[in-house]
Amino acid sequence: MSDIINLNLFELVSNIKDKKVSSNEVTNAYIERSKKSKHLNSYNEETFDDALKKSKEFDSKPNFSKKLPGVPIAVKDLFCTKNVKTTASSKILNNFIPTYESTVTQNLWNEGAILLGKLNCDEFAMGSSNETSYFGNVVSPIDKNLVPGGSSGGSASALAAKLTPTTIGTDTGGSIRQPASFTGTVGLKPTYGSCSRYGIVAFASSLDQAGPMTKNVKDSALMLEVMSSFDNKDSTSIDFKRPSYSKDLSIDIKGKKIGIPKEYRVDGMSEEIEKLWEDGKNYLKNCGAEILDISLPHTKFALPTYYIVAPAEASSNLARYDGVKYGFRTEGKNLIDMYEKTRSEGFGEEVKRRIMIGTYVLSSGYYDAYYLKAQKVRRLIKNDFNDAFQIVDAILTPSTPSSAFKIGEKLNDPVSMYLNDIFTVPVNLAGLPGISIPAGLDRKGYPLGLQIIGKPFDEQNILNIAYSMEDKINFKFDAKDWWMK
Amino acid sequence: MSIDLKTVKHISKLSRISLDEEKAKKLKSDLNSIFKWIEQLNELNTENVEPLSSIAETKLRLRKDEIKSKNIRDEILKNSPDENKDFFVVPKVVE
Repeated sequence: MSDIINLNLFELVSNIKDKKVSSNEVTNAYIERSKKSKHLNSYNEETFDDALKKSKEFDSKPNFSKKLPGVPIAVKDLFCTKNVKTTASSKILNNFIPTYESTVTQNLWNEGAILLGKLNCDEFAMGSSNETSYFGNVVSPIDKNLVPGGSSGGSASALAAKLTPTTIGTDTGGSIRQPASFTGTVGLKPTYGSCSRYGIVAFASSLDQAGPMTKNVKDSALMLEVMSSFDNKDSTSIDFKRPSYSKDLSIDIKGKKIGIPKEYRVDGMSEEIEKLWEDGKNYLKNCGAEILDISLPHTKFALPTYYIVAPAEASSNLARYDGVKYGFRTEGKNLIDMYEKTRSEGFGEEVKRRIMIGTYVLSSGYYDAYYLKAQKVRRLIKNDFNDAFQIVDAILTPSTPSSAFKIGEKLNDPVSMYLNDIFTVPVNLAGLPGISIPAGLDRKGYPLGLQIIGKPFDEQNILNIAYSMEDKINFKFDAKDWWMK
Repeated sequence: MSIDLKTVKHISKLSRISLDEEKAKKLKSDLNSIFKWIEQLNELNTENVEPLSSIAETKLRLRKDEIKSKNIRDEILKNSPDENKDFFVVPKVVE
């Protein structure tokens, strides 16, 4: 079979089940292509030999009742993988080999998937361009000068370049949806509490969620079905009946009420994004949905709130990297000196900046003015969504305020980099599910995405809406393999 | 409210991240531009708003305090930066 890499996940699974192709052939195809795609820098760690071995084992004793039978998958290097180096793209974890497996990746292997390797990301998932990685920036397969987005940039790049049939990322403020939007792929951030956080390198614990990144909506439904589980090892994991998202997927969204929040029409929004949004509304109308104007009045406060809450939690989570128990260490003249040197040399600039912001807002005398204030505004933002969902079933917005930007373009202006996540961050603050689907190209020919936001645990509904829109949009993009050697 | 160099150095000490003079100055300017932007939150009156610390807002589950992983000392020490097989080793703390 010559075009294995062009199959979507669903097709791949049925081809394996029908014995039209073996796990070993599939694994080989992705490895060969990955080896020729080093220019993209999407892998931190390759586990190709082990993947080939496992694929042969699968083929000798295939279990076709699994949901991902013998499917090779590369994952973001933020998920701990037993006996496979896990770095979070940081120097401080450069030599860390976990002795345990994250729940989400374990769920993939339990359904027959095979690890292909670990994918590059922004250091500790802090970034929107995959330029903060200790292992260098990731290049987008869309164009040689473009960032793939971030923080799950290696995941987006590898998926769009067909180096893995599907992948998983994490999303704290848009880290799945923004890179998906930049690379013409589908990215889903589930409701907070749907996927276990156990074994995921922590960034901001009240916001972090793992989710799928796929070639289409149906694949995301299948991946979510596998990834999502109740887990006693995560104290905020939520016990609810998880539907068979892919089986229950339907394009029937007749009568669904979709909200258009007026506050998302931000200053300086390009005509292209306006038009994309307008087209999105029309697709939904053609599917029989009803479009309603809504208001989310505290939207403009979401980003500044996020840049207090997320760094505060990060400064606390990253306190564990002290050079004592694991990871990188710089020797010092005493214990404190060792801590300070280890952390100064082990963390990159953006991570240090965020630790400092977090430490400042939590420090004596500033806690009430910043951290407590942000927690209160977070409540107002969540209430906005609660009110909106009294009237509508889901909300449609652009995924990002622009298409992908150039490598280096926003690196020296943190606030302008942060503004990229303006449409995705409110969703994390409110703990809601959101999906980004490719919806068109801008005049430079770069992908643009639309985001559908749902009620808590209403993933099935936003998947159905995305599925029906995908059918109408019929997005096509071929990157032409310019990076291959 | 602007953040001065003294405050930056204080935060650096609290964060256990050493900073040279040049980095401290750069960080001072970064932090000031970020906090200037964050200050817009003060436009909002939040006097009677309950802070939201966790989205799950459920009670934390209790579990029995029992040992589930046994004999994993080697695993725990495996990634220790120091070669010692029995302990985590740090620079001398007590003279």
